[in-house]
Amino acid sequence: MNFDISALYKAVPSLFWGATVTLRVTILSIVIGLVIGIVAGLARVWPNAFLRAISSAYIELVRGTPLLVQIFLVYFGLPALGLNLDPFVAGVIAMGINSGAYVGEIVRGGIESIAQGQMEAALSLGMTWWQAMYHVILPQAFVRILPPLGNEFIALLKDSSLVSTIAIAELTRTGQIIITRTFKSFEIWSGVALFYFVMTYAISRVVKYSEGRLRYSE
Amino acid sequence: MSEWIIEVRDLNKYFGKHHVLKDINLRIRFGEVVAIIGASGSGKSTFLRCLNGLEPIQGGEIIVDGVAVNGKNTNLHKLRQSIGMIFQNFNLFPHMTVMENIVLAPQKVKKIPRKEAEAIALNLLSKVGLEDKAYSYPSQLSGGQKQRVAIARSLAMNPKVMMFDEPTSALDPETVNDVLDVMKELAREGMTMIVVTHEMGFAREVSNRVIYLDDGKIVEEGAPEEIFYRPKNPRTKAFLSKVINV
Repeated sequence: MNFDISALYKAVPSLFWGATVTLRVTILSIVIGLVIGIVAGLARVWPNAFLRAISSAYIELVRGTPLLVQIFLVYFGLPALGLNLDPFVAGVIAMGINSGAYVGEIVRGGIESIAQGQMEAALSLGMTWWQAMYHVILPQAFVRILPPLGNEFIALLKDSSLVSTIAIAELTRTGQIIITRTFKSFEIWSGVALFYFVMTYAISRVVKYSEGRLRYSE
Repeated sequence: MSEWIIEVRDLNKYFGKHHVLKDINLRIRFGEVVAIIGASGSGKSTFLRCLNGLEPIQGGEIIVDGVAVNGKNTNLHKLRQSIGMIFQNFNLFPHMTVMENIVLAPQKVKKIPRKEAEAIALNLLSKVGLEDKAYSYPSQLSGGQKQRVAIARSLAMNPKVMMFDEPTSALDPETVNDVLDVMKELAREGMTMIVVTHEMGFAREVSNRVIYLDDGKIVEEGAPEEIFYRPKNPRTKAFLSKVINV
């Protein structure tokens, strides 16, 4: 085996820079995805049937089409409507909308996992549906949502490699560029993988830590 | 003001095609303690849940404290503040301490300041004998203690009527009496109570009126000594002979 460690070593600063772009894309997408997902998840359990239908349609459409196609649609498709987006913005929007659908399902699942009696007890005390949701259901659902949410964040970070296709110089794209110069595929892709792993492992630890902090016994 | 806290007229309730409550007519006075007895599946719990609007009804009318529960413009949230509800499974909020469980609704619904709400809560906790558990979590309590906290939580809203849906059915036998004692004390203080129960001793001793529900219908009602010692309807007789150990 011929592993040129010095080639990898020389690539580290560029890969590191690429990783920061990956992290920025991911964090912004997570924020957008969380906002959309919480709204979509709540809408799916809302007493209003119209809102439930809209939310279901959004979730089904987004989950039923590939993220890569969604990225292309936002970046290459929207200009047809006169909307020219910077690649970074287009990538973040596409990923955020995509993640929102998955987060929405996670939120819905978390809410529905809380026993019906909790809502009934809260309503019986004179609370409105929203008060019951906010004070009683969501705090409990949140604890259960955290682990799948962590999975979603990790998946999103890895999927962010797809925005390399619209010329965002994130980690994967940076690796590709270095390889076209150096031809050190094995070394560079190993380095890229290691960078991804460090980031996903960090997310995983943060989620684990928050779970421990938030857990209460039932 | 009417002497009736609850008036039910021609109530009919279906689950899909299943007719669970059939032409129920009932009036309950302020201060009355009414026990509802009957076999599992007779519709007792469903009936109770209709009274505070947790279950929609398909026919008839329910008036609580002068307000139609199923009226189009009824503010159910407002109405429910005066109807306490105790569940078989307590339904305490597990992510909150006992204190937080009790002050939540007074604070958020009635806008009572935290300090005041806590004072009320401590008072109620000592009434149910659990002042030392104020800062415990529900998971640290026994079933009987949980149910007494649930009662305190309900009372904190200062309800006009308390409804109990098989309050002791999920309890270990040794904790049943603690809960029944609290309920007896409430009855003695003049609280209007509707109790769906399998505790025939409690029904006989504490209630002013017993209602026997069978297959969604009120088959017989009357003073406890009438129902328990001189039941007229053969179905009541058959039921009582099964549940009372002679």
